[in-house]
Amino acid sequence: MNYLRRAGSSLVAPLLALVLAMAVTSIILVAFGSDVGTVFQQMWFYGSQASSIALILNLATTYYLSAIAVAIGFKMNLFNIGVNGQYLLGGMAAAAVAGHLSLPGYLAIPITMLVAIVVAALWAGIAGWLKVSRGVSEVISTIMLNFIALGIISYTIIRTNIGEEIAVNVRGTRKIPTSGQMPGFTFPNSDTQVYGFIFIALFVGIGYWFILNRTRFGYDLRASGMSPSAAVASGVDSKKMIAITMLISGGIAGLVALPDLLGSSHTYTLNFPNGYGFTGIAIALIGRNNPLGIAFGALLWAFLDVSSQQLDLVGVPQEIVTILQGVTVLAVVIAYEIVRRNKVKAQQRDVGLALATQEAGA
Amino acid sequence: MKKRVLPRVLLLLSGGLLLLSITRVLSGANDLTSTGTMSAAFGLAVPIGLAGLGGLWSERAGVANIGLEGMMILGTFGAGWAGWQYGAWVGLITAVIFGALGGLLFGVATVTFGVDQIVAGTAINILGLGLTQFLAKLLFTTAPGGGATQSPLIYGELPTFSVSAISSPLTQLQQKNWFLISDVSGMISGLFYQLSLLTILTVALFGLTKWILWRTAFGLRLRSAGENPWAAESLGVRVNLYKYLAVTISGALAGLAGAYLAIVATGVYRGGQTAGRGFIGLATMIFGNWRPGGTAVGAAIFGYIDTLQLRDDANIRGLVLFGTLLIVVIALLLLKSGRRNSGIAFMLFGIVMGSAFLSANSFPPEVAQVAPYLTTLIVLATAAQRLRPPSADGIPYRKGETH
Repeated sequence: MNYLRRAGSSLVAPLLALVLAMAVTSIILVAFGSDVGTVFQQMWFYGSQASSIALILNLATTYYLSAIAVAIGFKMNLFNIGVNGQYLLGGMAAAAVAGHLSLPGYLAIPITMLVAIVVAALWAGIAGWLKVSRGVSEVISTIMLNFIALGIISYTIIRTNIGEEIAVNVRGTRKIPTSGQMPGFTFPNSDTQVYGFIFIALFVGIGYWFILNRTRFGYDLRASGMSPSAAVASGVDSKKMIAITMLISGGIAGLVALPDLLGSSHTYTLNFPNGYGFTGIAIALIGRNNPLGIAFGALLWAFLDVSSQQLDLVGVPQEIVTILQGVTVLAVVIAYEIVRRNKVKAQQRDVGLALATQEAGA
Repeated sequence: MKKRVLPRVLLLLSGGLLLLSITRVLSGANDLTSTGTMSAAFGLAVPIGLAGLGGLWSERAGVANIGLEGMMILGTFGAGWAGWQYGAWVGLITAVIFGALGGLLFGVATVTFGVDQIVAGTAINILGLGLTQFLAKLLFTTAPGGGATQSPLIYGELPTFSVSAISSPLTQLQQKNWFLISDVSGMISGLFYQLSLLTILTVALFGLTKWILWRTAFGLRLRSAGENPWAAESLGVRVNLYKYLAVTISGALAGLAGAYLAIVATGVYRGGQTAGRGFIGLATMIFGNWRPGGTAVGAAIFGYIDTLQLRDDANIRGLVLFGTLLIVVIALLLLKSGRRNSGIAFMLFGIVMGSAFLSANSFPPEVAQVAPYLTTLIVLATAAQRLRPPSADGIPYRKGETH
């Protein structure tokens, strides 16, 4: 009973938020003279086709990795705003190496992943080092590092021979040979490939759950997040925790570029998708840093992104879903706060009641 | 005992100018301190400075605001939408109102509901982007001269002032390229050359902020909400009201920054126009130790370096030399004050940069692109311990709870 109540109350907030977000979006649509029913119907129709589902799964894979990278920092109150720069830099380095590897896939793909992880982790490590040794807030340092990463990337691609002319007026890293690409699979009735990387994302999710809930490190990490002073008092080296968490967060961030890189683009150009890091922040929030919740959030977000692509055809700007997403994030955090306050109130009432009956009994 | 700040600032300023002058003569990059460069630098510093000032108001009341970017985007849209139909002045006011509404929404989330401020800021950024992209597509696509991501031209202009009695003779003096004299005159004439009304307003707002926050009872109460809201409440300060006012003003200033970009800098609303300036503004505020004067200096530096990358390539080489000299000076100061390890680290860094300057005849524009961010990181790394944010910055406050 108690367990059911807990599960129920943890679902109340996101559902409430989603309903609220849809209501706000509907009001905006009506205000600009669109038919709400048509819009949602169109989204559902397009989003439920086999090829769309493949696209949704691919996008969700990327979002999931990004959100997990953010979430592991959130768990101990570290805000890694820099996932964006970390994955772009790690992705570029990985692409540069992978383009020159002529090895069988079972060697080439792990090497590519390793390069992405190490480069992104080191980039995040700068923020970790600055925080631990110089007391610089990671929020600001990672924002700065994002901009610096963009500068380094554009320099490397445009002005060094790591970038090559891969098409007319397009510079990018050398195309990854077929052996180094990651195979995927397709659904019946669709020729859009689902990235094989989805299984790696699943593995990362399980690993995230295991490390947080079944290891001493995870325990220390959660303790540091809930009460830094209590954690320090019980012997946790908070500086070491910050440094390690930042490195892990950055390492996972490195993987964010790989579904696209190994599954479809096979080269890193200056047009490589930018912004996954910020989406990851929003999804980690929606999913409450829980591996299942994040999976739900990533799928929802990807569904909205993909299903809206045809909205322009019915005369509604597809950016309406960005509004929907923004309102969802805001509504989710507000809803959780309201639920939390009610819980605290209920607890206080229960304790008060118990004390009163005790006194009456005595 | 009151610390005299002004002499130190003047010393720093003249030291910086002297160094810049030496750099110009050594590198031959005469555009480094020209009237045009300086004038453009002031122009680019304005939106960054306004965003920084917005961050300052919010954070002084204890609300960390990374939603500035979103509020600024709302401002650019407001300016483009209203400015196209009703002229620049209405555009300006609409931009401020839109920004303030963004700030108000941010206040509802962070003050009334007490949700995490970084989270709420992220949400505002997504929302500002989505809302403006949606509306732009809807309203500007069919408008004459507009497009899916761009508004038609804003009609009318805000007045600009050129005090040519000052700027003309000084520009002539500047073009003589005399040591120090030309640099000083370039800087001053840049100040008086094609000055937008908004630039003047920005300078006034910096002064006004300083006066309100540090010289009035209202300001004291507002800052007390950022330092120790629990104590402030116990003394009868309506903390939540002050926080609301602060984030709304913060949003209005960010909206004004957006108005500058749309009305003065380009004459249209364009998607992606803010280009992360909200975040840069936040950085200048931290760079400036949560104070108006420091924020202004930070914005000026960002604006200056931003200008150099848009102008002559030779400037970037000059910038590298300037950075080298600056780092060597800092290294010597550190060594003199007995901080050996930092001093040696800086000296090594300076030597690396110096040899880069000597070995390369030109530098890619990316050097100037990353320079402001790198500078902020280095400043934070060396001065973070001496920076002092408001004590309760970023901490949600709930009335009646103790801390």
